[in-house]
Amino acid sequence: MHLKARIFAAATAFSLVAPAAMAQDDFEAQLKARQGQFRIMALNLGVLGGMAQGEIEYDAERAQTAADTLVTVTGIDQSLHWPEGSDAMSMDGTRAEPSIWDDNEDFLSKWEDLGDAAAEMQAAAGDGRQAVGAALQNVGGTCKACHDAHRTPES
Amino acid sequence: MRRVFTILIGLAAVLAAAGWVLSAPSRLPASATEGVTGEAERGERIFLAGGCASCHADEDAEGDARRVLAGGAPLETDFGTFAAPNISPDPEHGIGDWSFAEFADAMLRGVSPEGRHYYPAFPYTAYTKMEMQEVADLWAFLRTLPESEVESAASEVAFPYSVRRGVGLWKRLYLRDDFVMAEAEDDAVERGRHLVEALAHCGECHTPRDRFGGPDRARWLAGAPNPSGEGRIPAITPGELEWSASDIAWYLESGFTPDYDSAGGSMADVVTNLAELEAADREAIAAYLLALE
Repeated sequence: MHLKARIFAAATAFSLVAPAAMAQDDFEAQLKARQGQFRIMALNLGVLGGMAQGEIEYDAERAQTAADTLVTVTGIDQSLHWPEGSDAMSMDGTRAEPSIWDDNEDFLSKWEDLGDAAAEMQAAAGDGRQAVGAALQNVGGTCKACHDAHRTPES
Repeated sequence: MRRVFTILIGLAAVLAAAGWVLSAPSRLPASATEGVTGEAERGERIFLAGGCASCHADEDAEGDARRVLAGGAPLETDFGTFAAPNISPDPEHGIGDWSFAEFADAMLRGVSPEGRHYYPAFPYTAYTKMEMQEVADLWAFLRTLPESEVESAASEVAFPYSVRRGVGLWKRLYLRDDFVMAEAEDDAVERGRHLVEALAHCGECHTPRDRFGGPDRARWLAGAPNPSGEGRIPAITPGELEWSASDIAWYLESGFTPDYDSAGGSMADVVTNLAELEAADREAIAAYLLALE
Protein backbone atom coordinates (compact mmCIF):
# COMPACT_ATOMS: atom_id res chain seq x y z
CA MET A 1 0.00 0.00 0.00
CA HIS A 2 1.11 3.53 -0.77
CA LEU A 3 2.21 5.56 2.21
CA LYS A 4 -0.52 8.14 1.51
CA ALA A 5 -3.12 5.45 1.27
CA ARG A 6 -1.91 3.89 4.50
CA ILE A 7 -2.15 7.18 6.35
CA PHE A 8 -5.60 7.69 4.93
CA ALA A 9 -6.65 4.23 6.01
CA ALA A 10 -5.26 4.75 9.49
CA ALA A 11 -6.95 8.13 9.79
CA THR A 12 -10.23 6.67 8.63
CA ALA A 13 -9.95 3.81 11.08
CA PHE A 14 -9.14 6.24 13.89
CA SER A 15 -12.03 8.51 13.06
CA LEU A 16 -14.36 5.55 13.21
CA VAL A 17 -13.01 4.36 16.52
CA ALA A 18 -12.47 7.71 18.22
CA PRO A 19 -16.08 8.77 18.80
CA ALA A 20 -16.86 5.41 20.34
CA ALA A 21 -13.82 5.65 22.61
CA MET A 22 -14.75 9.18 23.69
CA ALA A 23 -18.36 8.28 24.26
CA GLN A 24 -17.22 5.57 26.60
CA ASP A 25 -15.61 8.17 28.83
CA ASP A 26 -18.56 10.47 29.44
CA PHE A 27 -21.50 8.22 28.52
CA GLU A 28 -23.38 11.33 27.42
CA ALA A 29 -25.41 9.46 24.83
CA GLN A 30 -26.48 6.81 27.32
CA LEU A 31 -27.39 9.39 29.96
CA LYS A 32 -29.50 11.32 27.46
CA ALA A 33 -31.18 8.17 26.26
CA ARG A 34 -32.15 6.87 29.67
CA GLN A 35 -33.17 10.26 31.03
CA GLY A 36 -35.17 10.80 27.85
CA GLN A 37 -37.17 7.66 28.40
CA PHE A 38 -38.04 8.81 31.94
CA ARG A 39 -39.12 12.18 30.56
CA ILE A 40 -41.43 10.52 28.05
CA MET A 41 -42.97 8.58 30.91
CA ALA A 42 -43.30 11.73 33.06
CA LEU A 43 -45.14 13.53 30.25
CA ASN A 44 -47.60 10.69 29.80
CA LEU A 45 -48.02 10.08 33.52
CA GLY A 46 -48.86 13.77 33.79
CA VAL A 47 -51.81 13.28 31.44
CA LEU A 48 -53.06 10.24 33.38
CA GLY A 49 -52.42 11.90 36.76
CA GLY A 50 -54.21 15.07 35.72
CA MET A 51 -57.25 13.00 34.78
CA ALA A 52 -57.10 10.94 37.98
CA GLN A 53 -56.99 14.14 40.03
CA GLY A 54 -59.80 15.69 38.01
CA GLU A 55 -57.61 18.56 36.83
CA ILE A 56 -57.83 17.43 33.22
CA GLU A 57 -61.15 16.22 31.86
CA TYR A 58 -61.14 12.45 31.41
CA ASP A 59 -60.82 11.44 27.77
CA ALA A 60 -60.66 7.71 27.12
CA GLU A 61 -58.72 8.05 23.91
CA ARG A 62 -56.02 10.31 25.34
CA ALA A 63 -55.75 8.14 28.43
CA GLN A 64 -55.28 5.09 26.22
CA THR A 65 -52.62 6.84 24.16
CA ALA A 66 -50.70 7.80 27.30
CA ALA A 67 -50.98 4.28 28.74
CA ASP A 68 -49.91 2.69 25.46
CA THR A 69 -46.85 4.93 25.40
CA LEU A 70 -45.94 3.85 28.93
CA VAL A 71 -46.11 0.23 27.83
CA THR A 72 -43.95 0.99 24.80
CA VAL A 73 -41.27 2.79 26.81
CA THR A 74 -41.14 0.18 29.55
CA GLY A 75 -40.73 -2.45 26.81
CA ILE A 76 -37.48 -0.92 25.57
CA ASP A 77 -34.54 -3.22 26.20
CA GLN A 78 -32.34 -1.51 28.79
CA SER A 79 -29.13 -3.47 28.34
CA LEU A 80 -27.37 -0.85 26.21
CA HIS A 81 -28.42 2.12 28.33
CA TRP A 82 -26.59 1.29 31.55
CA PRO A 83 -22.90 0.68 30.83
CA GLU A 84 -20.65 -0.16 33.75
CA GLY A 85 -19.15 3.05 35.21
CA SER A 86 -22.08 5.33 34.35
CA ASP A 87 -23.17 5.65 37.98
CA ALA A 88 -23.35 8.69 40.26
CA MET A 89 -20.17 7.71 42.15
CA SER A 90 -18.16 7.64 38.94
CA MET A 91 -19.53 10.69 37.16
CA ASP A 92 -21.69 13.82 37.28
CA GLY A 93 -25.03 14.26 35.59
CA THR A 94 -26.65 11.10 36.87
CA ARG A 95 -28.29 9.92 40.09
CA ALA A 96 -27.90 6.25 39.23
CA GLU A 97 -26.75 4.36 42.33
CA PRO A 98 -23.95 1.81 41.94
CA SER A 99 -26.46 -0.70 43.33
CA ILE A 100 -27.94 -0.83 39.81
CA TRP A 101 -24.84 -2.78 38.80
CA ASP A 102 -24.03 -4.41 42.14
CA ASP A 103 -27.54 -5.80 42.45
CA ASN A 104 -28.53 -5.77 38.80
CA GLU A 105 -31.06 -8.55 39.25
CA ASP A 106 -33.04 -6.40 41.69
CA PHE A 107 -32.85 -3.39 39.39
CA LEU A 108 -34.11 -5.37 36.41
CA SER A 109 -36.89 -6.96 38.42
CA LYS A 110 -38.02 -3.50 39.52
CA TRP A 111 -37.98 -2.34 35.89
CA GLU A 112 -40.11 -5.38 35.07
CA ASP A 113 -42.55 -4.45 37.86
CA LEU A 114 -42.92 -1.06 36.18
CA GLY A 115 -43.70 -2.84 32.91
CA ASP A 116 -46.36 -4.95 34.63
CA ALA A 117 -47.92 -1.86 36.21
CA ALA A 118 -47.91 -0.11 32.82
CA ALA A 119 -49.70 -3.10 31.28
CA GLU A 120 -52.36 -2.86 34.01
CA MET A 121 -52.72 0.82 33.20
CA GLN A 122 -53.12 -0.05 29.54
CA ALA A 123 -56.00 -2.37 30.44
CA ALA A 124 -57.62 0.19 32.78
CA ALA A 125 -57.15 3.40 30.81
CA GLY A 126 -60.48 3.17 29.00
CA ASP A 127 -62.50 2.51 32.17
CA GLY A 128 -62.80 6.01 33.57
CA ARG A 129 -60.83 8.29 35.86
CA GLN A 130 -61.23 6.14 38.98
CA ALA A 131 -59.75 3.13 37.19
CA VAL A 132 -56.89 5.31 35.95
CA GLY A 133 -56.31 6.60 39.49
CA ALA A 134 -56.13 3.10 40.94
CA ALA A 135 -53.75 1.89 38.22
CA LEU A 136 -51.63 4.99 38.71
CA GLN A 137 -51.11 4.14 42.38
CA ASN A 138 -49.50 0.90 41.24
CA VAL A 139 -47.33 2.59 38.64
CA GLY A 140 -46.26 5.18 41.24
CA GLY A 141 -45.47 2.38 43.67
CA THR A 142 -43.04 0.81 41.23
CA CYS A 143 -41.38 4.20 40.55
CA LYS A 144 -40.88 4.73 44.29
CA ALA A 145 -39.62 1.21 44.92
CA CYS A 146 -36.82 1.64 42.40
CA HIS A 147 -36.00 5.26 43.32
CA ASP A 148 -35.87 4.25 46.96
CA ALA A 149 -33.27 1.59 46.24
CA HIS A 150 -31.35 2.75 43.17
CA ARG A 151 -31.42 6.56 42.90
CA THR A 152 -29.29 8.92 44.98
CA PRO A 153 -31.07 11.79 46.79
CA GLU A 154 -31.37 15.12 45.04
CA SER A 155 -28.53 17.48 45.93
CA MET B 1 -6.83 28.24 102.56
CA ARG B 2 -8.31 25.07 103.79
CA ARG B 3 -11.69 26.73 104.03
CA VAL B 4 -11.56 27.84 100.37
CA PHE B 5 -10.76 24.27 99.42
CA THR B 6 -13.72 22.95 101.41
CA ILE B 7 -16.02 25.49 99.76
CA LEU B 8 -14.79 24.49 96.30
CA ILE B 9 -15.34 20.80 97.01
CA GLY B 10 -18.77 21.66 98.37
CA LEU B 11 -19.64 23.69 95.26
CA ALA B 12 -18.52 20.90 92.95
CA ALA B 13 -20.65 18.44 94.91
CA VAL B 14 -23.67 20.73 94.67
CA LEU B 15 -23.18 21.13 90.91
CA ALA B 16 -22.80 17.40 90.42
CA ALA B 17 -25.90 16.77 92.49
CA ALA B 18 -27.84 19.38 90.51
CA GLY B 19 -26.67 17.82 87.24
CA TRP B 20 -27.68 14.41 88.50
CA VAL B 21 -31.13 15.63 89.45
CA LEU B 22 -31.63 17.68 86.26
CA SER B 23 -30.58 14.82 84.00
CA ALA B 24 -32.68 12.15 85.73
CA PRO B 25 -35.14 10.24 83.54
CA SER B 26 -38.68 11.21 84.44
CA ARG B 27 -41.60 8.86 83.98
CA LEU B 28 -45.23 9.80 83.60
CA PRO B 29 -47.30 9.79 86.78
CA ALA B 30 -49.24 6.53 87.18
CA SER B 31 -52.51 8.45 86.86
CA ALA B 32 -51.63 9.49 83.28
CA THR B 33 -52.24 6.04 81.80
CA GLU B 34 -54.83 4.73 84.26
CA GLY B 35 -58.14 3.76 82.73
CA VAL B 36 -57.05 4.55 79.15
CA THR B 37 -57.78 1.69 76.76
CA GLY B 38 -56.88 1.67 73.11
CA GLU B 39 -58.51 0.38 69.96
CA ALA B 40 -56.28 -1.42 67.48
CA GLU B 41 -58.25 -0.26 64.47
CA ARG B 42 -57.68 3.41 65.28
CA GLY B 43 -54.09 2.57 66.15
CA GLU B 44 -53.38 1.45 62.61
CA ARG B 45 -53.89 5.01 61.44
CA ILE B 46 -51.42 6.24 64.07
CA PHE B 47 -48.97 3.53 62.99
CA LEU B 48 -49.17 4.68 59.36
CA ALA B 49 -49.01 8.39 60.13
CA GLY B 50 -46.09 7.81 62.51
CA GLY B 51 -44.21 5.79 59.93
CA CYS B 52 -43.00 3.26 62.52
CA ALA B 53 -42.22 0.76 59.75
CA SER B 54 -39.77 3.15 58.08
CA CYS B 55 -37.24 2.51 60.83
CA HIS B 56 -38.47 -0.58 62.68
CA ALA B 57 -39.23 -2.86 59.68
CA ASP B 58 -36.57 -4.30 57.42
CA GLU B 59 -35.27 -1.70 54.97
CA ASP B 60 -36.33 -3.67 51.89
CA ALA B 61 -39.63 -4.89 53.29
CA GLU B 62 -42.70 -4.42 51.13
CA GLY B 63 -46.39 -5.09 51.72
CA ASP B 64 -47.19 -7.13 54.83
CA ALA B 65 -43.50 -7.49 55.67
CA ARG B 66 -43.61 -3.81 56.66
CA ARG B 67 -45.62 -4.91 59.69
CA VAL B 68 -42.89 -7.14 61.04
CA LEU B 69 -41.18 -4.65 63.32
CA ALA B 70 -37.99 -6.60 63.93
CA GLY B 71 -35.74 -3.54 63.71
CA GLY B 72 -34.49 -1.86 60.55
CA ALA B 73 -31.60 -0.03 59.00
CA PRO B 74 -29.26 1.84 61.37
CA LEU B 75 -29.55 5.62 61.37
CA GLU B 76 -26.14 7.22 60.87
CA THR B 77 -25.68 10.67 62.37
CA ASP B 78 -22.89 13.00 63.51
CA PHE B 79 -23.38 11.70 67.05
CA GLY B 80 -23.17 8.00 66.31
CA THR B 81 -25.00 5.16 64.61
CA PHE B 82 -28.39 4.40 66.09
CA ALA B 83 -30.06 1.03 65.71
CA ALA B 84 -33.86 0.88 65.60
CA PRO B 85 -34.73 -2.03 67.91
CA ASN B 86 -37.18 -4.91 67.58
CA ILE B 87 -40.55 -3.54 68.73
CA SER B 88 -42.59 -6.58 67.68
CA PRO B 89 -44.78 -8.22 70.38
CA ASP B 90 -42.17 -10.95 71.00
CA PRO B 91 -41.83 -10.93 74.82
CA GLU B 92 -38.12 -11.71 74.80
CA HIS B 93 -36.70 -9.88 71.77
CA GLY B 94 -39.40 -7.28 71.25
CA ILE B 95 -41.66 -5.31 73.59
CA GLY B 96 -44.29 -7.96 74.26
CA ASP B 97 -43.70 -7.98 78.01
CA TRP B 98 -44.06 -4.22 78.42
CA SER B 99 -46.99 -2.62 80.22
CA PHE B 100 -48.97 0.16 78.58
CA ALA B 101 -47.49 2.60 81.13
CA GLU B 102 -43.98 1.60 80.05
CA PHE B 103 -44.89 2.10 76.39
CA ALA B 104 -46.30 5.55 77.18
CA ASP B 105 -43.09 6.48 79.04
CA ALA B 106 -41.11 5.50 75.93
CA MET B 107 -43.31 7.43 73.51
CA LEU B 108 -43.98 10.57 75.52
CA ARG B 109 -40.93 10.82 77.78
CA GLY B 110 -38.24 8.91 75.89
CA VAL B 111 -37.62 6.67 78.90
CA SER B 112 -37.13 2.88 78.72
CA PRO B 113 -38.78 0.37 81.10
CA GLU B 114 -35.38 0.09 82.85
CA GLY B 115 -35.54 3.82 83.48
CA ARG B 116 -32.86 4.90 80.99
CA HIS B 117 -33.05 7.72 78.48
CA TYR B 118 -33.53 6.80 74.85
CA TYR B 119 -31.44 8.70 72.35
CA PRO B 120 -33.58 11.19 70.43
CA ALA B 121 -32.95 9.30 67.17
CA PHE B 122 -36.23 7.79 68.40
CA PRO B 123 -38.34 10.88 67.63
CA TYR B 124 -40.07 11.31 70.99
CA THR B 125 -39.49 15.07 70.70
CA ALA B 126 -42.41 14.88 68.23
CA TYR B 127 -44.38 12.06 69.88
CA THR B 128 -44.52 13.97 73.17
CA LYS B 129 -47.23 16.09 71.47
CA MET B 130 -49.44 13.01 70.98
CA GLU B 131 -52.67 12.48 72.91
CA MET B 132 -52.65 9.68 75.51
CA GLN B 133 -55.59 8.09 73.68
CA GLU B 134 -53.50 7.88 70.50
CA VAL B 135 -50.65 6.23 72.39
CA ALA B 136 -53.12 3.67 73.75
CA ASP B 137 -54.57 3.03 70.28
CA LEU B 138 -51.10 2.57 68.83
CA TRP B 139 -50.18 0.20 71.67
CA ALA B 140 -53.30 -1.87 71.00
CA PHE B 141 -52.42 -2.04 67.31
CA LEU B 142 -48.75 -2.95 67.82
CA ARG B 143 -49.82 -5.90 69.95
CA THR B 144 -51.71 -7.36 66.96
CA LEU B 145 -48.57 -7.48 64.75
CA PRO B 146 -46.43 -10.60 64.16
CA GLU B 147 -43.76 -11.54 66.68
CA SER B 148 -40.14 -11.59 65.59
CA GLU B 149 -37.22 -13.27 67.34
CA VAL B 150 -34.58 -11.08 65.74
CA GLU B 151 -32.11 -9.73 68.30
CA SER B 152 -32.01 -5.90 68.42
CA ALA B 153 -28.72 -4.44 67.23
CA ALA B 154 -26.77 -2.16 69.57
CA SER B 155 -26.25 1.54 68.82
CA GLU B 156 -22.68 2.78 68.46
CA VAL B 157 -22.28 6.15 70.10
CA ALA B 158 -18.98 7.85 70.91
CA PHE B 159 -18.10 9.70 74.12
CA PRO B 160 -19.43 12.13 75.37
CA TYR B 161 -22.76 11.25 73.74
CA SER B 162 -22.45 7.74 75.11
CA VAL B 163 -23.22 9.15 78.57
CA ARG B 164 -26.97 8.65 78.61
CA ARG B 165 -27.50 11.09 81.47
CA GLY B 166 -26.44 13.79 78.97
CA VAL B 167 -29.66 13.05 77.10
CA GLY B 168 -31.51 14.16 80.25
CA LEU B 169 -30.01 17.64 79.94
CA TRP B 170 -30.73 17.61 76.20
CA LYS B 171 -34.37 16.84 76.94
CA ARG B 172 -34.58 19.86 79.26
CA LEU B 173 -33.68 21.99 76.25
CA TYR B 174 -35.68 20.32 73.50
CA LEU B 175 -38.47 18.14 74.87
CA ARG B 176 -41.44 20.52 74.67
CA ASP B 177 -45.09 19.77 74.27
CA ASP B 178 -46.07 23.08 72.68
CA PHE B 179 -46.52 23.26 68.92
CA VAL B 180 -44.22 25.32 66.70
CA MET B 181 -47.28 26.78 64.98
CA ALA B 182 -48.88 28.35 68.02
CA GLU B 183 -52.28 29.11 66.46
CA ALA B 184 -54.04 26.89 63.94
CA GLU B 185 -56.48 28.93 61.86
CA ASP B 186 -59.03 26.16 61.20
CA ASP B 187 -59.74 22.48 61.81
CA ALA B 188 -57.81 21.26 58.77
CA VAL B 189 -54.69 23.20 59.74
CA GLU B 190 -55.02 21.96 63.30
CA ARG B 191 -55.28 18.34 62.14
CA GLY B 192 -52.34 18.96 59.78
CA ARG B 193 -50.34 20.44 62.63
CA HIS B 194 -50.96 17.35 64.70
CA LEU B 195 -49.90 15.10 61.81
CA VAL B 196 -46.80 17.08 60.83
CA GLU B 197 -45.51 18.13 64.24
CA ALA B 198 -46.53 15.14 66.37
CA LEU B 199 -47.24 11.91 64.48
CA ALA B 200 -45.36 12.04 61.18
CA HIS B 201 -42.41 13.89 62.80
CA CYS B 202 -41.60 15.67 59.51
CA GLY B 203 -39.35 18.13 61.35
CA GLU B 204 -36.89 15.37 62.23
CA CYS B 205 -35.50 15.51 58.70
CA HIS B 206 -36.86 18.73 57.20
CA THR B 207 -35.82 21.03 60.07
CA PRO B 208 -32.11 21.80 60.51
CA ARG B 209 -30.49 20.97 63.85
CA ASP B 210 -28.43 23.23 66.06
CA ARG B 211 -24.99 22.33 67.40
CA PHE B 212 -26.41 20.10 70.12
CA GLY B 213 -28.55 18.19 67.66
CA GLY B 214 -31.81 19.79 68.72
CA PRO B 215 -34.34 20.97 66.15
CA ASP B 216 -33.90 24.66 65.30
CA ARG B 217 -37.48 25.84 65.69
CA ALA B 218 -36.64 29.23 64.20
CA ARG B 219 -35.93 27.45 60.92
CA TRP B 220 -38.85 25.02 61.13
CA LEU B 221 -39.12 22.78 58.02
CA ALA B 222 -36.63 25.03 56.22
CA GLY B 223 -34.59 22.12 54.83
CA ALA B 224 -31.48 20.43 56.21
CA PRO B 225 -28.49 18.32 55.24
CA ASN B 226 -29.41 14.71 54.55
CA PRO B 227 -28.33 12.56 57.50
CA SER B 228 -27.24 9.91 54.98
CA GLY B 229 -24.59 12.42 53.85
CA GLU B 230 -25.85 12.60 50.29
CA GLY B 231 -27.73 15.65 49.09
CA ARG B 232 -30.15 17.80 51.08
CA ILE B 233 -33.59 17.33 52.55
CA PRO B 234 -35.65 20.05 50.87
CA ALA B 235 -37.41 22.96 52.52
CA ILE B 236 -41.19 22.49 52.59
CA THR B 237 -42.19 25.99 53.67
CA PRO B 238 -44.52 27.91 51.31
CA GLY B 239 -41.80 30.32 50.15
CA GLU B 240 -39.52 27.49 49.10
CA LEU B 241 -41.88 24.75 47.96
CA GLU B 242 -44.10 26.42 45.42
CA TRP B 243 -46.72 23.68 45.26
CA SER B 244 -50.48 24.05 45.61
CA ALA B 245 -52.51 22.19 48.24
CA SER B 246 -53.59 19.62 45.68
CA ASP B 247 -49.97 19.19 44.47
CA ILE B 248 -48.88 18.37 48.02
CA ALA B 249 -51.79 16.04 48.76
CA TRP B 250 -51.30 14.25 45.44
CA TYR B 251 -47.56 13.86 46.08
CA LEU B 252 -48.26 12.32 49.48
CA GLU B 253 -50.73 9.92 47.90
CA SER B 254 -49.02 8.97 44.64
CA GLY B 255 -45.39 9.94 45.13
CA PHE B 256 -45.55 12.10 42.00
CA THR B 257 -44.23 15.67 42.02
CA PRO B 258 -46.09 18.28 39.92
CA ASP B 259 -43.76 17.55 36.99
CA TYR B 260 -44.15 13.79 37.44
CA ASP B 261 -40.82 12.97 38.86
CA SER B 262 -41.32 10.54 41.72
CA ALA B 263 -40.35 10.39 45.37
CA GLY B 264 -37.19 8.48 46.21
CA GLY B 265 -35.00 7.73 49.20
CA SER B 266 -36.53 7.95 52.65
CA MET B 267 -39.46 9.99 51.31
CA ALA B 268 -40.56 7.04 49.17
CA ASP B 269 -41.23 5.12 52.41
CA VAL B 270 -43.04 8.10 53.90
CA VAL B 271 -45.35 8.26 50.89
CA THR B 272 -45.98 4.50 51.09
CA ASN B 273 -47.22 5.05 54.65
CA LEU B 274 -49.17 8.26 54.08
CA ALA B 275 -50.86 6.90 50.95
CA GLU B 276 -52.78 4.51 53.22
CA LEU B 277 -54.28 7.34 55.30
CA GLU B 278 -57.61 8.97 54.52
CA ALA B 279 -57.50 11.67 51.85
CA ALA B 280 -58.56 14.24 54.48
CA ASP B 281 -55.32 13.63 56.39
CA ARG B 282 -53.13 14.31 53.37
CA GLU B 283 -55.18 17.42 52.62
CA ALA B 284 -54.71 18.51 56.24
CA ILE B 285 -50.93 18.18 55.93
CA ALA B 286 -51.08 20.33 52.80
CA ALA B 287 -53.24 22.92 54.57
CA TYR B 288 -50.78 23.08 57.47
CA LEU B 289 -47.72 23.45 55.23
CA LEU B 290 -49.35 26.27 53.30
CA ALA B 291 -50.32 27.99 56.55
CA LEU B 292 -46.68 28.15 57.70
CA GLU B 293 -45.23 31.62 57.55
